[in-house]
Amino acid sequence: MTTGTERRAPVSALLRIAVTEARLLTREPVAISVGILLPTVLLLGLGALPTLREPSPEFGGLRFVDTWAPMALILGMGILCVQHLPSVLAAYRERGVLRRMSTTPVHPGMLLTAQIAVVFAAAAVSAALLVLSSWLVLDVEPPSQPLLFTAAFAVGTVSLIALGVLVAALAPSTGAANGLSMTLYMLVLFLGGVFLPRHVLPDFLVRMGEFSPPGAQLLLESWSGSVGDAGLPQLVQLAIMAGVAVVAASLAARTFRWE
Amino acid sequence: MPIIDVRNLHKRYGEKVVVDDVSFSVEEGEIFGILGSNGAGKTTTVECVAGMRPTDSGSISVFGRDPRRDRDEVRERLGVQLQEARLPDRLRVGEALDLYASFYRSSADTGQLMERLGIADKRDTQYRRLSGGQKQRVSIALALVGRPEVTILDELTTGLDPQARRDTWDLIEDVRDSGVTVVLVTHFMDEAERLCDRLALIDAGRVAALDTPSGLVTRASPGQQVTFRAPPEFDEQVLAARPEVASVRRGGSQVRVTGQGNLLHAVTAVLAREHVIAEDLRVERSSLDDAFVALTGRALES
Repeated sequence: MTTGTERRAPVSALLRIAVTEARLLTREPVAISVGILLPTVLLLGLGALPTLREPSPEFGGLRFVDTWAPMALILGMGILCVQHLPSVLAAYRERGVLRRMSTTPVHPGMLLTAQIAVVFAAAAVSAALLVLSSWLVLDVEPPSQPLLFTAAFAVGTVSLIALGVLVAALAPSTGAANGLSMTLYMLVLFLGGVFLPRHVLPDFLVRMGEFSPPGAQLLLESWSGSVGDAGLPQLVQLAIMAGVAVVAASLAARTFRWE
Repeated sequence: MPIIDVRNLHKRYGEKVVVDDVSFSVEEGEIFGILGSNGAGKTTTVECVAGMRPTDSGSISVFGRDPRRDRDEVRERLGVQLQEARLPDRLRVGEALDLYASFYRSSADTGQLMERLGIADKRDTQYRRLSGGQKQRVSIALALVGRPEVTILDELTTGLDPQARRDTWDLIEDVRDSGVTVVLVTHFMDEAERLCDRLALIDAGRVAALDTPSGLVTRASPGQQVTFRAPPEFDEQVLAARPEVASVRRGGSQVRVTGQGNLLHAVTAVLAREHVIAEDLRVERSSLDDAFVALTGRALES
């Protein structure tokens, strides 16, 4: 009926799906503006207020913008991994996108993998934008421990992604996924200390930031270097996030429904 | 050898038996219909054929292979258009086709395929902006993009306006004429009657009948009817002498003859001999709808 074309290399299926998903993300004005740009815009907006650019004894001699920069980072990570990702996956299931793919030689798991990779990349872009612009515009020091910061960001993002996929796995519908992910998002922000400056948080909440994804305490320490009263060793915090990621991911893998 | 062979298929979900002993085979090059009301077990049957669901018992062979054990091979050669499977809202038609084409060992030229399906001008249109008929065309295109030998089309014309339905029917005939075997799942009688070479009538998880559309009709009600209007001086009872004629009734000028065999010829021969000019002569056949009622004992709701 039509002339055939030869098959591209098998590995290209994942790459092609990922490129397509990335393109789709760039066509979602909400995901782009809220997930990628909002943290930077918020931080720069707050930085426009002179008082928030003054060193303050309340922040241990640092400025508000210095201590709040990692919180803005968590805000963006949360939107992409805990809100955007589960709602996209649940919609793909509900609308039969995964089912349709399961009729082709390519397993719908490829689409899941591609979506995760794209969300991770978007979170990395959001973080890079935030670190660079806060450094160039607000003179917020770039991460004092770049290696640890990168590792904390990567592992923290993966732990949030795993939770996001778990939400998509457990939610019976797109609506339920959106409700669940909103709850989880609020929890992540609260435990991450985004709503309140960390120094006014009760001690146990600060400690929770060492245990709960994405590891607010570790991001804070590796970026602004304000260790505060030393809690768990940094590598232990990193290991906890990795553990959360593994547990959530294996639960998600066990319970994920393709239709 | 049939291209699809289903033997004694059983499938239940929990306590609910959805497919209860279904057997049929599909020959290469035909349009095979699976007809039944909603919930009769049609979709579950084809999902088992496509290897998307495990069967509880019975055997299925597609291209002589097991669709679950040899799923990779079967998926390369079988194209499926699913009921109510959509695409991401912002995905463009051309992108969807190119992406799905890349999934197959050998794929159709997506430009030509879009041309053939009348969606070439929609190449850069996002899925959410398409009409119902255009979405169905994209869906058919995706089922054909891997150059399948067999394609399963499930409830293709549900929700389409009459013109779009007719266009889709032409399209399905084109697909068959290009050498693709088509399995058409439908709950529309007119669609099955118009398109299918053979069809399995599924009712409550069982095959109630399997034949050509006209075979089903004949089987359900072997009788034919011929009606015409004749002048009052014509004595209709002369028709009763013919062996093909079972009964003759008259109401006013309207004469109604029932019988078997070549009834129309028998009637016209008598009319010619008697020099009667019959007006409005017509043969009434019972429809597939009537056959469905006769074979399953209930009407097909649609």
